[in-house]
Formats: sequence, C-alpha cells, structure tokens
Amino acid sequence: MTARLQLAGVSKAYPGVVANDDISLSVAGGEIHAILGENGAGKSTLMKIIYGVTTPDAGEIRYDGKLLEAHSPGQSRALGIEMVYQHFSLFETVSVAENVALCLEGRLDLPALRLRIRETAARYGLAVDPDRIVMDLSMGERQQLEILRCLMRDPRLLILDEPTSVLSPQAVEQLFTVLRRIAAEGCSIIYISHKLDEVRALCHAATVLRGGRVTGEVDPRQATSHELAVMMVGSDLPIPERPASTPSATPRLSLRGLSGRPLGLAGRRLQDISLDLFGGEVVGIAGISGNGQSELAACLSGEALCPAGQVLLGETPVGQMRPDARRRAGLAYVPEERLGRGAVPGQSLTANTVLTGYASGLVRHGMVRFAEARRRASAVIERFSVKADGPGALASSLSGGNLQKFILGRELALAPDVLVVAQPTWGVDVGAAAFIRQRLIDLSRDGAAVLVFSEELDELIEICDRIHVLSEGQLSEAVPREEATKDRLGALMTGGELGPVAEPAE
Amino acid sequence: MSYRIEPRRNASALANLLAPVIAVALTLLFGGALFAVLGYPPIETLTAFFIRPVSSMYGFTELLVKAVPLIIIAAGLSVGFRANVWNIGAEGQLTMGAIAATGVGLFAPEALYPMLLPLMFVAGLVGGAAWAGIAALLRTKLNTNEILVTLMLTYIAGLFLSFLVRGPWRDPNGYNFPQTALLPYEGMLEPLDPMYRVTASVVFALIALVALWVVTARSFAGYRLSVGGAAPRAARYAGFSEKGAIWVGLLTGGAAAGIAGFYEAAGPLGQLSAVISPGYGFAAIIVAFVGRLSAPGILLGGLFLALTYVGGESVQMSHGIPSPITRVFQGLLLFLLLASEFFVSYRLVRTGRAAA
Amino acid sequence: MSELAISIFTGTLIAATPLLLAALGELVVEKSGVLNLGIEGMMLIGAAAGFLVAVQGGGLLPAFAVAALAGAVAAALFGVLTLLFLTNQYAAGLALAIFGSGVSATLGVGFGSQPIEALAPLNLGPLADLPLLGPLLFRFDIMVYLGLALVPVTWWWLNRSRAGLVLRVVGEAPGNAHALGYNVLRIRFLAILWGGALAGLAGGYLSLAYTAIWVENMTAGRGWIALSLVVFATWRPFRVLAGAVLFGGVTILQLHGQILGLPVPSEALSAAPYVATILVLVVISQNRARMALDVPLSLGKPFRARD
Repeated sequence: MTARLQLAGVSKAYPGVVANDDISLSVAGGEIHAILGENGAGKSTLMKIIYGVTTPDAGEIRYDGKLLEAHSPGQSRALGIEMVYQHFSLFETVSVAENVALCLEGRLDLPALRLRIRETAARYGLAVDPDRIVMDLSMGERQQLEILRCLMRDPRLLILDEPTSVLSPQAVEQLFTVLRRIAAEGCSIIYISHKLDEVRALCHAATVLRGGRVTGEVDPRQATSHELAVMMVGSDLPIPERPASTPSATPRLSLRGLSGRPLGLAGRRLQDISLDLFGGEVVGIAGISGNGQSELAACLSGEALCPAGQVLLGETPVGQMRPDARRRAGLAYVPEERLGRGAVPGQSLTANTVLTGYASGLVRHGMVRFAEARRRASAVIERFSVKADGPGALASSLSGGNLQKFILGRELALAPDVLVVAQPTWGVDVGAAAFIRQRLIDLSRDGAAVLVFSEELDELIEICDRIHVLSEGQLSEAVPREEATKDRLGALMTGGELGPVAEPAE
Repeated sequence: MSYRIEPRRNASALANLLAPVIAVALTLLFGGALFAVLGYPPIETLTAFFIRPVSSMYGFTELLVKAVPLIIIAAGLSVGFRANVWNIGAEGQLTMGAIAATGVGLFAPEALYPMLLPLMFVAGLVGGAAWAGIAALLRTKLNTNEILVTLMLTYIAGLFLSFLVRGPWRDPNGYNFPQTALLPYEGMLEPLDPMYRVTASVVFALIALVALWVVTARSFAGYRLSVGGAAPRAARYAGFSEKGAIWVGLLTGGAAAGIAGFYEAAGPLGQLSAVISPGYGFAAIIVAFVGRLSAPGILLGGLFLALTYVGGESVQMSHGIPSPITRVFQGLLLFLLLASEFFVSYRLVRTGRAAA
Repeated sequence: MSELAISIFTGTLIAATPLLLAALGELVVEKSGVLNLGIEGMMLIGAAAGFLVAVQGGGLLPAFAVAALAGAVAAALFGVLTLLFLTNQYAAGLALAIFGSGVSATLGVGFGSQPIEALAPLNLGPLADLPLLGPLLFRFDIMVYLGLALVPVTWWWLNRSRAGLVLRVVGEAPGNAHALGYNVLRIRFLAILWGGALAGLAGGYLSLAYTAIWVENMTAGRGWIALSLVVFATWRPFRVLAGAVLFGGVTILQLHGQILGLPVPSEALSAAPYVATILVLVVISQNRARMALDVPLSLGKPFRARD
C-alpha cells in the first residue's frame, strides 16, 4: 500500500542555518503521525515544505505516490492537504459561517452553508455555532472552528502545528476525541508538538527532530517519555542547579485584593488576587493565556494602574505609579512580547538599553549618555552570549531567542529587587532556555524576588519554589514545588480544587 | 531569474543619504518631462526654474526669505512627527501666530514700544501653540483625531483672518482694501542689509535647527518621543507618557509655526492681509519628510522647497507658466522621496531556483 | 410647505452629494485596511479634469467620466506608493493632497472664467410635476440620485456579497487573508482605485454641477470633511448618508444665513461646517466601544507578504 505522504532526503538551508537536513518520513492513511522536537528543531520549516509555502533545496515529496514539485499552498489544498497554524488564521470580526465561506470556492450562500456546517460539526462532535462572531469564541472553540474549516473541504492529510498551546486540559481532551474520529475516517494527521504526554496519548507514530535532523522514529505508545526526551534534546534534559535559599524576612512584592479590569472592557476581570513574594524565591504563575495573565502582569509593571494599596513594593504602595517610578523603586519586568514592547524593532541594541536603563545612569542632565549605553549593551551581549552584530545591530535583526536573552540580560543588569518575567522561554531553543532558567534561579539566590508567568508547567516545576495557578481571573493557593505535578496543576487550571498529593507519576 | 524584496538587517547609511538625492534628481527629471509635455523647452525651463533665480545675490536672499519660515516650521513639526503625532495644520498655526503678533504690534500702548518685537515674538509663539493646543487637548482628553482637527482649525484660522482684515482690524485709511494698517516702526524687523529683505529670522532658523539636532540626537526627551513614535507599546512598557508626547509634539510644531507667522508679519509683510502665506505650513510638512526629520536634512529640504517657490515665480514671469506648478513640484518631490525611502529599509535580492 | 423649506431641503441634498460620493469611496478604501488622506487632492484633480473636458465642448457625460478617471489615476499613484513601496500612508496621502491641489491649479489656469452649462436636473416627466413631492424629490440631477443609490449598494456589497466579505477580512487581517490565497495587494489596489474614482466624481460634481465654474482649491476642505464623515459614520454606509446630509444642511443654512443677513459675520457662518466637523469628531470619539466594533483592524498598516 502506498503511503499517504512520503518524504525522502528533504533538506532546506537558510543563510547561516540548516533548518532541515536529509529528512525522510512516511505517513500512512488514517495515521496520526507526530513530528516531535524542541523549538528550533526544524518542525515548522518541514511543515511549510510539505504544505508548499517553502521549496526545499533537495529531496522529494510524494503524496499518494505522486511526486509533488514546487507546489503552492493552493495546489496542496486542491490535493486535500490542509494546515492549521499555531497562531490561528481566523477573522475575528465576522461570523463562523463567513469564516468557513472564505475557505470555500463558489457563490456566497450563507443559509445553505450554515446547514452544512451544522452537519459536519455534528458528524465529528464539534461544538460550532455558525452564527457566532469569532471574537466571542473561546480559544478552544476557535481551535475547533479552524479544524472544521479544514474538514469542510474533505481533507486527506491534516497538518496541525502545536494545536494545544492555547487550550485548557479539558479542551485538549475534546480535541483528541475529534482528531481520533477524523483519523478513523481515513484522513492522515501530522501532529507537530514538543509535548511528550500528548504525543504518547494520541499518536500512532512519531518522527523526532533535533537540529534539523531525524533522531528517531518510534511508536510513541511503546516508548517512555524519557526515551523520547533524550531523542528530542540529545542528552538527558539539562537540570538547573537550585541551591537552597532562605526567603527574606519581609515580602518584596505584595498584592492585596487586586481586583477589576485593568485593561478595559475587553480584558479579563481579576478577582481579589493576593500574593506575597519574598526575596530569594522564584514563584510561578501557571495557566493558559487569556485567564488574566496580561492583566495581572500589567498591574505589576505599571502599564495599567490600580488602586494604590493593592500593589506594594516592599512597604510602598505603588498601584498608582507609572512604570518608570516602579523601575526606580527596584522592579524590573520582561514582557512576553519582545519585539515592539520589550524592544523597539527599528532601533539599535544600544538605544534599546536606554529603554529601561534611563533611571540608572544612562541619562544625565536630560541628555542620553549613548557611549555608556553602548558599553552596557556590549556587556549584556557578551555576558549572555547574544548572537548579534554588536551593540549597533537593530533589535529586529535578532532571532527571537537572542532578543529574549538580550532583554533579560538588560533587565538583570539593573540588579532589580523584584523581577517579573512573562513566558521567559517562548520560542527559545533548548540551550538558551536552560541558560535563561538558570539565570532566573541565580538571581533569586542572590536575594531578589522572581515572579514567572508561564504556560509551560514543566518549566515552572523545574525552577519555581512554589506555583500558583491563574484561572479565569482567580489566583489559586500556592502549590509547593515538592507537591507540584502536572496533574495537580492541570486540575487547578480547569478551576478544580487542589486534590490530595498524588504519587509522582513517572 | 526573479527578484524578491527583503528587509535590510542594518540600516544602510549610504541608502539613507542617497534616498533624498535620488528623489530630487528624479523630480528634476520628471519636471523636465512635464515642461516638455506642456510645450516648453525642458532644459531651458528647468534652468529658469532652478538656477536663474539664485544666480544673483538678490535672488539668493529671496530664497532665504522663503526658506526661513519653511525651516522653522519643519523643525517644529519634526518633533511631533517623530512621535507619530500628525500635526498637519501648521498653516493655521502660522496664521494665528501672525494674527497674535500683529495684534500686539498694532494695539500695544506706546510705552511698550521699546520691547515691542520681543512681545510680538512671544505673542506669535503663544498664538501658534494655543491653536495647536486645541488639537492636543481634544486628542488627550477626548481621543479626537489630531489630523482632522488641526486641518479644520486651519480653515477656521483662515476665515478668522479674513474676518479681521475685512472687519474690525481693517485699515481705515486703506481705501477699503482687506488689510490692516502697517505695523509701527518699532514692530518691524530691520533687514540685515537694506539692499535685501533678509532679517534676523535667518539666525532664528539656524537656532531652531541646532535645537532640533540636540533634541533628536542627544536628549532624553527626544529619545522618548522617538520610542513613542516607533513602538507605542514599548513606550508604555518603558513608562514614557503617551499624552506628554502628544502635548509636546503638537505644542512644539504650533509654537514654531506661530513664530514663523510672527517673522512673516513683522518682516516681509509688515501688515496682515487676507492671504499671508503661500502654503508654508503645508510645504513645511514636505520639508520635514524630505529632511528625514533631521536638522541637516531640513536645512537642505527647506532651501530646495524655497527654490520651488522662487522658481515658480521665475518661470511664471519668464515663460508664462502658471505658478501653481510650484505645488506640482512639491507633491512630486514628496512622492518620489517616499518611494525612494523604501530602499533605505528594504533591498531587492536576486533569487534564482538554483541559488536559493 | 414654504418655498424656503423646499429649497433648504433640496439644497441640503445637493450640497451633501459631493461629500456622500467621496465618503462612500473612502469607506470602501478604509474597509480594505488602507487610509487615503488624499481625498481633497483627488477631488480637485477630478474637478479640474472634468471641467477641462466640459469647457472644451466635450459634453457633460464624458466630463464626469474623465473626472472619475482622473481621480482613479491620482489614486493609483497613492496605491503604488503605499502598496508596493510600503510608504507611510499618512505621508503619501498628504503628498497626494498637495500634489492634487498643484496639478489641478496648473491644469485649470485660464479656464476658470469660461462659462459652462451646469448639469441639468433629470427629466422625470410627470413625477416632477407632482405637488410638493415633485419639487421635493424629483427635480434633482442624476448625480444626486447616483449618490443616494450608492448608499444601499455599498452596504449590500460590503455585507452580503462574497467580494465584500473578502474586502472586509483583508482590512481586518491581511496576513490571514493572504494565507488563504487571497491577493491582498490586488484587492486593496482595486479599492483605492474605486475610492479615487468616486472622489474624482465628487470633485467633478462641484465644478460641473454645483457651481459650474472652476476655481483654484474650490473643494475648500470637502475632501477632509468627507474623511471625517467616514469616522463619524463608524464605517457604515447609511450613517455616511446621515452625516453627509447633516453637513450639507450646515452648508445650506450658512448660505441662507448670509442671504437673510443674519447679524453674524459671514466668516463665522462659513466656518460652521469646519466647527461642526470638530464637534462631531469629539462626540463620536467618545464611544470607543462602538468604534472598536466597526473600525477595520489593520487600518493604515502596510502589508508585506512573507515567504
């Protein structure tokens, strides 16, 4: 039997980096095939090649035995290949039915389309109402709509890129049920992920990538998580050093009943959040984005103001202080968006050092000391091994991981008492992620208080002394590191109570 | 073989320098073609437009007379444009500055005459800044788009001027012409040399350019504005006030335009009439962009745009070409400059399948 | 109903027509995600080009066609700059406004004093003779009816047709539309041409019907008012009509005020439309929530396809 999709010797190089190196794999009809790998392993490039967005330098792609050459995404869709991107490509201001219509050819006949959408949704167990506006849908519902859009075109190969990154554990379960049903009808699925548990639970086969090469082909249902991880990372996962530490006597940062909608009507309402953060500890805030993370972070950084007494730096109420004043009081903040928020894209790294360093000696008599800023930028580049063309390089010319290292290094150079970091290792490769995590621990061991927002439970469990979950604007009680497992945190994320301490799962 | 556009990794200094030069060269080229289409000998007419007016000392000083208001206003507007604050009503702010300065000049008691010019200067500054301040107030307090407000205010300022020179401020001895009386002697700027019309405003224009250079290249205030303009969310993250930037941007442009209005009223004009500016406030926007919002660029851009004014007058006299051709040249220059700027941040890359 | 009331009503609709045409065109442009500030320039070019054809005996229908064409050509210039060269849309629009004023003034020199025959009312036969309704509704020229008809047509096209849906999503998320295989640049370019043609037509209406003369800068800020109307209408065609009628009314009341000799300086009355624009902008800007629903999300942002 011919495979639905067969790759042989596919390679693709970009200036300075080999993204895919001699990759071969085979996906059978009705198979759910995982492409497993860390950030930067070459998964996305490979998917773009299959879908026809990018042309490979070498190698061949066969679909149902036929050779695909220089095909476009349009041709892929005509052949029954559909792709769901990690960041949704839905249109927010129009209805579900109109979103579907935009993917189909022919006249616009919304009434007939609504019927077809209901039928298809019912067949696969999707909860999709054709008349709702996408803006009002939850992340899980949007994911279902993305998949429904593909299903309406009767696909034979469905590519999903990190489909669960914004889903709650429950929504993930629902998604898996749907995917199994789709596969059972004969459609092949390529499932791109770096989450071992999901791949083991869902997929029939897995191709593991590292540094652009295939490092293993396994049946994930048979392999252990440890085996998969070694294939993915190359060695045992680097475990950060966590020397013991004693928290400071008094809290460095306190929240006292923080409530309301700091980012306006569109934002999530925070509900009575209280927290004490001590020097010498790393505290994690787990949870899926959209549950109040941006709102809480903005209240901490000062980008959003709140009643003065609800946020305290040491003893000082700072709720009404703007970010510059809070920075002077010893707070540093690394936002999740690097380009455009944490750094000005079109300016040099030197100029970007002034962005937060102005309160600490880079401005004198109203004039910027660019020579000093340049020295400081060079120091950060060196200490954090940022790959950049010197301090004069534009922020927009750095890769995501390197820019993150630069921003983190820039904030650490301010020697803050309190550091708030959102998604510290998003899109960062394994080595850089380990480096960043170690720096965060080191900073806390030097006496600072560190608060980390992250969607990656593994990361939080690795570096934090205790973990809270932020779900629907409410902050859970703390789970100490020793008791933190993904299951317990997952339960809190869906709004459940903290269950009894379970035996370590693995 | 095909081409592909990709962003430059480092801003190219050469492209940065070449862009305006190429734009000016292309403007001359298209301008020559335009003259040819209109039935005039292109080289001859271009010479009459761009070279003959400045080939005498008098012509050169007239160029300065036109360049000074352009440079002053453009320097002020650049501060706002850097912060993405779009004040395009400098024409109205110039008008209000001229009205305020003239009002002080005409109606101040004689006891104040020894310091009349400084008072008029301040009045012009305040008049222009206040007119722009309306837009700043509406934008910061009521979230109203400053582009449309500054523009509408320009029309209103023009009508206000018309009302004054036809009504309460009309010169009773002026044979019913729509103009005010001449300013008193103490309220008029002496030309630097009695042969020419150039006044001390030239010095002020240079001061304005130096100030702009200090603000944009070195000062923390200028840095904050540029961050706010380039990446508003980064400015919020850094704690730079957005409203402050709007106020600074609009007031600086308004004050500069108001001062230019003062210099026009107290200098070449000596009185107000229904029309006091050949569109300096709009042309200054072009100057600001041609000069890439930087001091040296604005100096050159101001001189070039002034040349389009004197050149337009020149070819009208020598060849009977309608003077609005000036604005065609100005628009053309801005178009070409914007297009050439593309190559400062992007470049064409040759792509072939084999080489990819 | 008195003669005066009838003439105020009809005058209002006539004064509203150029605003309506230009604003409906701009609405489509903005819905595609492009902000063209150069309406004033395109209107002027349309007014001058159309007048030129008429004054040389070319006939009114060709004159209007040329006005629309000239507006579209001017818009094409803007389109090439902003879409291909990724120019700042604010700056390119301003350049178009200045350029248009210069080009039109150069074109029109010497022709302004020559008379042309203004566009005559449509002959609607017996309808025009109906008591009351005749003078009120059936004695307009064809452009007034065209403007009014374009309101529901634009609404239907944007909200009910497939092409309109595509245009809207291109204005919301061009990257996503591109990923689905839609040609963002082509769609935006066509929208810009359409906006230019309507602006040219609006300008032509001023020089060929409204005044039947050519005067330098005769649009007197109507292009900018049309721009404000689109914001005022929160990007909805029927509200554009309401806004155009409101501004047309202000213009006509100002004219009547001058004729009646109100004890107010004529300049104050002339300033009324501009003051009204500012006031309306202030009021409309208060309701951010409503604006957020209708504003094209990627308005004014350049788009470049990657990979």
